[in-house]
Amino acid sequence: MSRPVQQFKAQAELSTHNLRLRATIQTALEKYAVVRDTNRRAFQDYQAARQAAAEIKWEAINHLDRYLEQFVSKLEARGTKVHWAGTGRLAREIILGIIREKKARSIIKSKTMTSEEIHLNEALEREGFEVVESDLGEFIVQLNKETPYHIVFPAMHLTRGEIKELFNRELAADASDNPEELTRVARRVLRKKYVGADIGFTGANFAVADAGMVSITENEGNARLTAALPKTLITLLGIEKVLPRLEDLALFLPLLATSGTGQPLTCYNTMYGGPRQPGESDGPEEWHVVLLDNRRTELLADAEQRDSLHCIRCGACLNVCPIFRNVGGPAYGTTYSGPVGSVITPHLRGWQDWKHLSFSSSLCGACTETCPVKIDLAHHLLQNRRKAVTQKSSLAGKLGFKLFAFIFNRPRLYRRVAPLGRLGQKLHPLVKGTRLDPAYAWTKSRATPQIAPRTFREFWRERNLHEIQQRPMQETKGQNQI
Amino acid sequence: MTVTLFIPCFVDLLYPRVAVSIVEILERLGHKIDFPEELNCCGQPAFNSGYWDEARAVALPVLRRLKNAEAVVIASGSCGAMQKVFYPQLFAGTKQEAEAKNLAAKCWEFSDFLATKLGVTDLGARFLHKVTFHDGCHGLRELGLKKPPRALLAKVRGLELVEMKEEVCCGFGGAFAVKFPMISTAMGEVKCAQAAETGAEYIVSNDSSCLMHIQGLADKQGMKLKVIHLAEVLTSR
Repeated sequence: MSRPVQQFKAQAELSTHNLRLRATIQTALEKYAVVRDTNRRAFQDYQAARQAAAEIKWEAINHLDRYLEQFVSKLEARGTKVHWAGTGRLAREIILGIIREKKARSIIKSKTMTSEEIHLNEALEREGFEVVESDLGEFIVQLNKETPYHIVFPAMHLTRGEIKELFNRELAADASDNPEELTRVARRVLRKKYVGADIGFTGANFAVADAGMVSITENEGNARLTAALPKTLITLLGIEKVLPRLEDLALFLPLLATSGTGQPLTCYNTMYGGPRQPGESDGPEEWHVVLLDNRRTELLADAEQRDSLHCIRCGACLNVCPIFRNVGGPAYGTTYSGPVGSVITPHLRGWQDWKHLSFSSSLCGACTETCPVKIDLAHHLLQNRRKAVTQKSSLAGKLGFKLFAFIFNRPRLYRRVAPLGRLGQKLHPLVKGTRLDPAYAWTKSRATPQIAPRTFREFWRERNLHEIQQRPMQETKGQNQI
Repeated sequence: MTVTLFIPCFVDLLYPRVAVSIVEILERLGHKIDFPEELNCCGQPAFNSGYWDEARAVALPVLRRLKNAEAVVIASGSCGAMQKVFYPQLFAGTKQEAEAKNLAAKCWEFSDFLATKLGVTDLGARFLHKVTFHDGCHGLRELGLKKPPRALLAKVRGLELVEMKEEVCCGFGGAFAVKFPMISTAMGEVKCAQAAETGAEYIVSNDSSCLMHIQGLADKQGMKLKVIHLAEVLTSR
């Protein structure tokens, strides 16, 4: 098994050469940008809304202990069973324990990236349980035996023609590539699954502390069916999902929708407060809420980078990231891809295996500019780079930058760079474009700039010399002709 | 006033005309040029790679030499962002913290210096071409320089500016371009395609490093795009 960095590069090589896929993604995200911008303008003051959201998340994350306790005690008061899972493994064991105890066979799931994070589906399937994803995009990628391409648009990489073929092959359907028709096929399959499922499984968009409720936003109504029909409901969420107050949703729901899909609001916004209460006629008999740490508390302990826990998983940073757009989600090899994934993954899964993601960025800052909760993602990537190097620097890197500092701090030595470079350029054609070319990583796809016949410093010295000789003669004109 | 020029290595070695144009413009406006020849680099390559100690070693002479400068004009948005935005972070908690903040306050990217500090936008330039403008990301997002270069271009006679449909990175990103060449190249292809879509003859930018990448890619792919630095447009007659 090659290392994550090698996998990333190999996958990036493949996907950047897939021009059709790149065009599909580019077109989809350009359309997203148009509706996003339209709905941003619907805010009275969008930048003020971002600032307010950042401050609310700051408050939530910096008092996480208090808000989590409040959230949990309210939930428990209405009969919900709350479980604390320190690691992904523990979370899987807790969930499996509940499912076994219920003697369940089938599980219907609504969209939850947190379950991807703990590799829940694999674990459940290994134990012989039937797991069905009910979000249309997730349903499609599950059927296609893939991981989600994007945290919000899991199947954005597939054309409707490809989805038609998939459905006709796997679901014995006879559909055209008409999206409505395809959706009807999925609906026909899924409706039976909701009714037959023993367990409903959801994620959460927000954990509202003062209300003790979970907020789930969606567009298909599948999360409602998932939560309402089966007798047992399990909800998995990361501990960072907390919002202090119910009223905060008034800001966060439109902000999440606008950033996530470009909608003013998602179609269904539901609050879940507890299992079926005495006298109620529907809802699950039991509700288990599993709170996942999985090294989030380590990130919480890092004062410089704690605010990356503010993330509401809207995917806005992925959508504007030119790296994501060109390599796609699966290349990252992580649950959370794009800028925020590059920022948090080394913290959550280990520096040495995942630091390359922080280096795989031109630091263009589009992510920072778009983040609705104002996480300074681009600068976090810089912090990550520093931390990765401080923890373990490569000998070549260390020596390279020592040499760099040595040369640039010695003007006399630097003066040799131009003549040496010119010599190098004379010899370059001998190896240019071959594997022996030391600049191959550049020259393979790009022409090399040439060192000027006269550098600016050479120009400047000659001009000063000239001035001394010519004084008090008139200054020469047209100095730009060098 | 006396303007201290900071000319980074790539402008010095590869694009000296850019620096010469800046000198010409500033002198024509009656300013005296102070050029510290010994400053070749702001330290950004080391800083961006996580080697902050080495970055400080390079940045320290810059801080010392520019300490008493009246105004520092930097011929690149990226190097400008380094000194204006990142030096205060790089030196935070060190003895030089105050010096770094002091320098940051008087550093100007070239177009910002003209349009904002001096309030000069019409330099009498003439450039009879259709152009598009590429915002270097550091200039655009770290320094917030969307307007100054456009204010300058607006006053160039004969120049027609057509904007690209997105503000998107050209894919250069320093070491990123050679560490992840396939991604960098793909990004550059997107940029070139968007520039070509405008029908412009020239891509103008205030950052030579982006232009180096764009031109390198366009040349290799046989595209007809030409690049030119804003300073050279402003000295065209």
